Amino acid sequence: MRLITEDILEDIALGAAVLGTGGGGDPYIGKLMARQAIRDYGPIELYTLDELDDDDLVVPTAMMGAPTVMVEKMPNGDDIVNAFQAVGKYLGKPIRATMSIEAGGLNSVVPMYCAARLRMPMVDCDGMGRAFPEIQMVTHTIHGISATPFALSDERGNTVIMETIDNLWTERFARSVTVDMGAMAMLAAYPATAAELREAAVPGTITQAERIGQTIRRARVQEENPVETVRQAVGGYEVFRGKIGDVQRRTEAGFAKGDAYIEGIDDYAGRKLQLSFQNEHLAVRIDGEFKVTVPDLIAVLDIDTGEPITTEGLRYGFRVVVIAFPCTPKWRTPKGLELVGPRYFGYDVDYVPVEERYG
Amino acid sequence: MRIGIDVGGTNTDAVLMDGTTVVSSTKTPTTPNVTDGITTALRGVIDESGIDVSAIDGVMIGTTHFTNAVVERKHLTETACIRLGLPATVCLPPMVDWPDELRDVIGGHYYLAHGGHEFDGREISAFDENEIRGIAQQIADKGIKAVAISSVFSPVNTVFEEQAAAIVQDVIPDASLTLSSSIGRIGLLERENAAIMNACLRELAIRTIEGFKSALETMNIDAPFYMSQNDGTLMNADFAKEYPVLTFASGPTNSMRGAAFLSGLKDAIVVDVGGTTTDIGVLQHGFPRVAALAVDIGGVRTNFRMPDTYSIGLGGGSIISTDPLQVGPQSVGYELTTKGRIFGGDVLTTTDIIVASGKEDIADQSKVADVAADLIAGVEDAIEEMVNIAVDRMKTSATPVPVIVVGGGSILIQRDVAGSSEMVKPDHYPVANAIGAAIAQVGGECDRIFSLAEMNRDEALEQAKAEASEKAVAAGADASSVEIVEVEEVPLAYLPGNATRIMVKAVGNLKEG
Repeated sequence: MRLITEDILEDIALGAAVLGTGGGGDPYIGKLMARQAIRDYGPIELYTLDELDDDDLVVPTAMMGAPTVMVEKMPNGDDIVNAFQAVGKYLGKPIRATMSIEAGGLNSVVPMYCAARLRMPMVDCDGMGRAFPEIQMVTHTIHGISATPFALSDERGNTVIMETIDNLWTERFARSVTVDMGAMAMLAAYPATAAELREAAVPGTITQAERIGQTIRRARVQEENPVETVRQAVGGYEVFRGKIGDVQRRTEAGFAKGDAYIEGIDDYAGRKLQLSFQNEHLAVRIDGEFKVTVPDLIAVLDIDTGEPITTEGLRYGFRVVVIAFPCTPKWRTPKGLELVGPRYFGYDVDYVPVEERYG
Repeated sequence: MRIGIDVGGTNTDAVLMDGTTVVSSTKTPTTPNVTDGITTALRGVIDESGIDVSAIDGVMIGTTHFTNAVVERKHLTETACIRLGLPATVCLPPMVDWPDELRDVIGGHYYLAHGGHEFDGREISAFDENEIRGIAQQIADKGIKAVAISSVFSPVNTVFEEQAAAIVQDVIPDASLTLSSSIGRIGLLERENAAIMNACLRELAIRTIEGFKSALETMNIDAPFYMSQNDGTLMNADFAKEYPVLTFASGPTNSMRGAAFLSGLKDAIVVDVGGTTTDIGVLQHGFPRVAALAVDIGGVRTNFRMPDTYSIGLGGGSIISTDPLQVGPQSVGYELTTKGRIFGGDVLTTTDIIVASGKEDIADQSKVADVAADLIAGVEDAIEEMVNIAVDRMKTSATPVPVIVVGGGSILIQRDVAGSSEMVKPDHYPVANAIGAAIAQVGGECDRIFSLAEMNRDEALEQAKAEASEKAVAAGADASSVEIVEVEEVPLAYLPGNATRIMVKAVGNLKEG
């Protein structure tokens, strides 16, 4: 066990933006919530999965809906606690800890607010090892852990609890309840024991986010170029260096999709990279050929500052380094690829692990 | 005739313009008492031209005075903030992310009340008149007069902020109120921050603007005067007393607007070379392109529509180091005329190199006769590369565009910028910022989330355009001259259905008389 203090929180939020692979929402509001809770209630205890007893029950907490709404209608704070406690009440069992459902973006830090408020531990793991747009896209699903009982709470005090036949139905119902709640809601779901999570969760991802954030911060202080240190910190590969030449965007079924075209510079001069995104960066093609796809992680970093660039922030003229790094082995199983592989997102291509092409 | 004045941190620039002709211009040092500096600048342009002051139709002033007050934590008034949105937003109270010393300076008083709206216009909770009256009484008891009011999704519906304002005004008749919806856009904390900063600056704004007025009176100028805003449009002096924060970015905006005017170009890249930095911005339809990200002022996050500029450490005073060859970012700044080699100093600057190359003849060229040809070539190459990369970064497409060079350090730009269709260094380039103030128009803006379940996209766009135009006319624009200069649509991510955020900006010429 170790403590998450304000300083560590800053690093985690910065690293979570890299793991967000272009999406997951700006961690800013989540970070402020967690910081305020740490100031009011003290630092948060972060446990590894191994430090918990087999039967300890863990319930992830998260924000669901439009990040654009969250910057305007910020949560009450009781809402996330209500959702969390509703699951415990429904199960009739004490819950030992909370965790992040996704280590990338906003939801990496949202559970810390809940943990600090309830003076309850958080577990150093998540259900994605990155960010994904839909509720069923968690490693829990691969291991047959149900999303339900699934609680959604708003700031008024409303809580909706659901039982569904599978995690896809949960996603469908939760999306429409969230809209009724004002396009943003707090959720608690996927209750599982520590023993189950040792199989099902992606371990150590909060620490991984912290390490990435720390690397960027230190490189900035020492005025070094952080790009290379970030690449090393994530164990990734440089895929491309170039200048964004064009960005095309479209909206389909509520998702912001598009492609950015990046013209190579330095060693990559004369080559062209196509980056496809749907909230997160999904696939990289170089000169028409698929090079990296989901579920591996793709990060687009500013060539000078190492700052991760979100899909919304992609703009003509930015000079960027595209790095890619391996996802958790859990996503590379047949069940994992069915959930989040390239075909789920509409790319008719087989998944090839990034290290097989670049290692 | 119009007079444009730019009150910067170092210099106060003024120009007198007759229609589109620059009659006279001046650069004087900014004084601690801004009134004196403005009086000197006014006297400079009027005396030089020999015109009768009765010929002056308007005076336009751009200033960084209010920005500096926040940055320096000076002259700020104790302020209370009321936020309507309970039961939402409790976990992040007003001023939560402010630097402690700034929050302490203005007292850190805040109150949370019921009210607020959802993104689609539904109420979060009902407005409670008694609750607001009670809060207003507490504020009155503390003797606080400056009050900022924010409400969740007030850009969608302003009614709760207005109702609360009426009650506070009733309880505290001499309160000065700032409503977040009248200043900012979506993003509660940022908009509220702007409202609070505005509230705490209003006393200073009244004093400063009265000071400007008395400077005009000293010079017997009877014309109305205006302040320039972040977006390059004008507000009249009384409006400026109510909204000082709207001047925060007027400096870079004015220089870009001046560049557009002087060059006659509406779509171009502007390279503004100062003493220490070069700011590169993009003109779209004659106005600066605005930044998409949050802007930090004095440690406080805001979402003002600031010009999207990219700064590099290159200016007329940038210091050259030779081993290895490097240009800037250290600069002698305003001390160039004493420290630069051509001025008899011992620091080699970019200006010295340009003079040594024989391309410009300033001060004493013989003092740089010893500078080696390969060093001159090396520095010129370095400057070219710095500017090329920065300009390319700001471009929106690969198509060549015109590049306009303005600012006191413009002599550094001797070569064509890569990707430029033409290079323009207009007359009067050193005072482009004051010219930008002189020629400013008035504008209005609409920034809301529209639910396209209730109306189709074209109807939503029309409604947004109409709102923006109405606001421009309300701000003083001649209705027949109002045109839409910017439309931006952002679909909301992670949501089914069709909620879209639409931002529209309209501008028009100032109505005469």
